[in-house]
Amino acid sequence: MQFGYVSPEQLMKDRADYARKGIARGRSVVVAQYADGILFVAETPSRSLHKISEIYDRIAFAAVGKYNEFENLRVAGVRMADLRGYAFDRADVTGRGLANVYAQTLGTIFTQEPKPYEVEIIVAEVGATQADDQVYRLTYDGSVAQERGIAVMGGSAEQISRYVAEHYGADMSLEAALRLAVDGLGRDNGGEPRSLTTDSLEVAVLDRHRPRRRFRRINPPELDDLLASTGEPAPSDAAPDDAVPGDDSPST
Amino acid sequence: MHIDPSGAGRLPSAFLTPGTSSFTEFLGQQAPELLPGRRALPGADIAAEAPHGTTVVAATYQGGVVMAGDRRSTMGNIIAQRDVEKVFPADDFSCVGIAGAAGVAVEMVRLFQLELEHYEKIEGMVLSLDGKANRLSHMIRGNLAMALQGLAVLPLFAGFDLDLGKGRIFSYDVTGGRSEEHTYYSVGSGSLFARGALKKLFREDLTQDEATTVCVQSLYDAADDDSATGGPDMSRKIFPIVAFVDVHGYRRLVEDDVAAVVTSIVEGRNLRPDGPQAPLH
Repeated sequence: MQFGYVSPEQLMKDRADYARKGIARGRSVVVAQYADGILFVAETPSRSLHKISEIYDRIAFAAVGKYNEFENLRVAGVRMADLRGYAFDRADVTGRGLANVYAQTLGTIFTQEPKPYEVEIIVAEVGATQADDQVYRLTYDGSVAQERGIAVMGGSAEQISRYVAEHYGADMSLEAALRLAVDGLGRDNGGEPRSLTTDSLEVAVLDRHRPRRRFRRINPPELDDLLASTGEPAPSDAAPDDAVPGDDSPST
Repeated sequence: MHIDPSGAGRLPSAFLTPGTSSFTEFLGQQAPELLPGRRALPGADIAAEAPHGTTVVAATYQGGVVMAGDRRSTMGNIIAQRDVEKVFPADDFSCVGIAGAAGVAVEMVRLFQLELEHYEKIEGMVLSLDGKANRLSHMIRGNLAMALQGLAVLPLFAGFDLDLGKGRIFSYDVTGGRSEEHTYYSVGSGSLFARGALKKLFREDLTQDEATTVCVQSLYDAADDDSATGGPDMSRKIFPIVAFVDVHGYRRLVEDDVAAVVTSIVEGRNLRPDGPQAPLH
């Protein structure tokens, strides 16, 4: 390095801290398995700069961190998936294969590029049954972990994680899972829960019952209906959601 | 699929390069051997050795467009296959029918479908109908070398234009030149006969059912005069593929409904083999 000797451990630690800080600065994304598929909910300032996207027939991508970096990864993933599906067959494109490629790419970038990617991504593949669903979380250094149930990344992920883990149930309906995710995203600052309006949410699902392309975005008219059906419209103050199994959260 | 010899251990940079939303362009850089038109050929005319596909018709009607294709593919005088599918959905709001060398054509359709889906996934929005027609044009142009050696592909492209609110048909020549057809069109070896029938049967205010009948009648006439076009196979129950594209999207007519249309046409032909008689004025 430029100034004297820096141990490799320190170098890696600095890079890791840099990447982690970048990711913690942004807003969070919740990915949850529900009865009919996998739900993705992101808090986002922009409707058109997507954090959640379709990669292939049964595979979706969600990311937090630096937009141009995860956009790059998203496009690479779509190209990889389409190339593999074309060269072999559509059925041969798997979430696991994609996660492996992403892991290698992120790992190499972390060690070899001057700056690591400040991103954390989730690659999810919906299966014929919930047991066949696969959700992979990849961090800035290329580590892969397989998630089950509900996962949160970006922003104050740990706080949100604690809240949602308490109230999550694997066989939740879409409405219940959505309500839980939105409530969770609002509980990121330890104090008063924020209530999020639908225009600051990006929501999508991988619905296992759709014919070929399982990915589907859920946009405002439908999003409003889904949130309203669990007993409270998004713009009003937060109140306990009685469709969620588990304890009622303390009322505001 | 490419091995990265520089050993960088990650996706080749072509994957991470922004700028192109075209799958065909990306394929050309990353794996050009997978493109249909790029393979070097020995220089012989191999048309007679490769299966050729044959008559596809399309017609606009109130609220959409219908496309129908026969089921036969021939290799010289041999019938190579009796139940070939020549009409495919290109995406949710468009369809493509193919005439020419069957193997190359089907591969081109597959690539075209992927091209449209790829663009939609990368950009987050669907191409305009003109944009889709243009992409197909480029693909046909890329196949010119093979076409000159006998493996030509001639598509018929039709779709529902959501901006204009109507069905539109595009025809192509072997160099990829595109032209819009405002009423009906046909491609393939039987197309001249089909177009003659369409000329007499078509009218501006057809309903979806009438347009279906018009198309199937014209395919029947094409099969009547062109040995490379197959008529309906009543014993094996192999009927033309019929597909519609309207404001609700692409839909293929189910087998039983096609059978009903074909059966009533065949009954009419039993009485008058040349088909419905057109008035003189």
